[in-house]
Amino acid sequence: MLSTVATILMIIVGLSMLYILYRTIKGQPIERRYVFLYIALAISLPLLMQKTAPVPVTRDVMKLVDALNELPPGSKVLAAFDYDPPSAPELQPMGVAFMKFAFKHDLQVIIMGLWPQGPQQANQAILEAMKDPEIAAKNLQYGVDYVNLGFQSGNEFVIQSMGSNFKRMFPKDDRLIPYDSLPIMNSVTNFSNIDFVFNLSSGKPGTVEWVQIAVDRFGAKCGAGNTAVQAPQVYPYLRTGQLTGLLGGMSGGAEFEKALDEEGKASTFIFSQMISHATVIAFILIGNVAFFMSRKKKKQ
Amino acid sequence: MRREIPLLITSIAGLVFAISYFIPHWPFGESESIFGDWITIVQSFAIWLGALNLLKVSFEKIYRKRKDSLYAGVIIFCLVATLIIGFYDGFSGLMQEPEVSFRAPGTHFDWVFVYIYTPLSSTMFAMLAFFVASASYRAFRARNFEATLLLIAAFFVMGGRVPLFDLPLLKLGISDVPYFSLFADWIMSYPLTGGMTAIMIGIALGIMSSSLRIILGIERSHVGGA
Repeated sequence: MLSTVATILMIIVGLSMLYILYRTIKGQPIERRYVFLYIALAISLPLLMQKTAPVPVTRDVMKLVDALNELPPGSKVLAAFDYDPPSAPELQPMGVAFMKFAFKHDLQVIIMGLWPQGPQQANQAILEAMKDPEIAAKNLQYGVDYVNLGFQSGNEFVIQSMGSNFKRMFPKDDRLIPYDSLPIMNSVTNFSNIDFVFNLSSGKPGTVEWVQIAVDRFGAKCGAGNTAVQAPQVYPYLRTGQLTGLLGGMSGGAEFEKALDEEGKASTFIFSQMISHATVIAFILIGNVAFFMSRKKKKQ
Repeated sequence: MRREIPLLITSIAGLVFAISYFIPHWPFGESESIFGDWITIVQSFAIWLGALNLLKVSFEKIYRKRKDSLYAGVIIFCLVATLIIGFYDGFSGLMQEPEVSFRAPGTHFDWVFVYIYTPLSSTMFAMLAFFVASASYRAFRARNFEATLLLIAAFFVMGGRVPLFDLPLLKLGISDVPYFSLFADWIMSYPLTGGMTAIMIGIALGIMSSSLRIILGIERSHVGGA
């Protein structure tokens, strides 16, 4: 019912935009506040429609998925959650999809964060992943199959110190369990014992620091998920091969979910983002019509 | 001496980090680790310094009865309340067997994080969508050649980063034609990467030269010099 109402409202919104275009051609452009209203509708109505949009999986996402698929069961993956709640709509679905994949493929996940809120985002992703019946049936043990080392201040210097000794930076985990009492960490001294680094980042410290220190200096293999705003900054590392693969923004998350066959929130959110992008494009066109109309008027 | 000692510390720290990158052995490797620990400790104190500064600024606002002092009161209340909840959970967690972190799921602090901090900060960030849309409406105008280029690139990237124009092809299951998203991918992979690489090299060279100036003591603005 809600979905039908939302669809009808979407059609009305679409038609009203045609009216705005007509008004603009007539020389009566709309005020800025209407743009806000239309964006609010373009974002919220598709969420109520609960629809997903098909996405083609791009090369950069596929590279990351291939690298993850190559990891044999029992591989140790370091998952660095370097973001906070504002970036969660884009990055949290990637985190959940990654956790589901890792747990289903028996990868051993070591979580940490260079952002104070990162480890809590990871806890939420784990809770979400654990709802999957296949994962719940595995009865995974904390400290054996996965661990959350928590937050450590020091930005890139934490990565640098981890290059020589993980324990130096994380003498206790997020649950205050000593490093030596964690079976998963028994064979981990530094990056040479880590098979893959998966970083979710929305700023500094983030993917750039992981590439510059963990990859370039200590030879770790790294893939990342970034917010759409940050992704352009890490593209150069992707082309040089320093970064194995990249999930960029909401579309990266949706592609990741599709490639892993783990449909989640990103697959739903991408529909909302698609409609909002269409609305922005429509307003850019309307804005240009208004611009050319006013220029024509001035010439006359 | 008030200047010389900080300059000496800066030079030694800078040199140790620079040399240890090329010679990661004793004594440079060890020194780097020790310096790294110091940075972690200093940054931890910086977090406290930031919180205390926020309190100072907010109290000052209230004391001087400046405009929006009500918001300063809200800041103080939230900061103190979160601290009390965090400390309470932290201490009660230490008393339990096994010990429980204040951030563990199910604690009061976690409740604050999930149900107050997360929605509030997400709301603030979500406001960006409105400003971006409004700015795009007003700024993306084909005024001249450069602006038109920017407009075209924005059109391709905005349309290509979501399955907007690919939707008919994807719905019909047509896969032997280039998707629209490939154009966006091309823009991101080549023009953007080229531009970003040039900027990054420029920044790196700038950082190198200013770092050298600081290490050699030529640049003294950080210790109050000219």
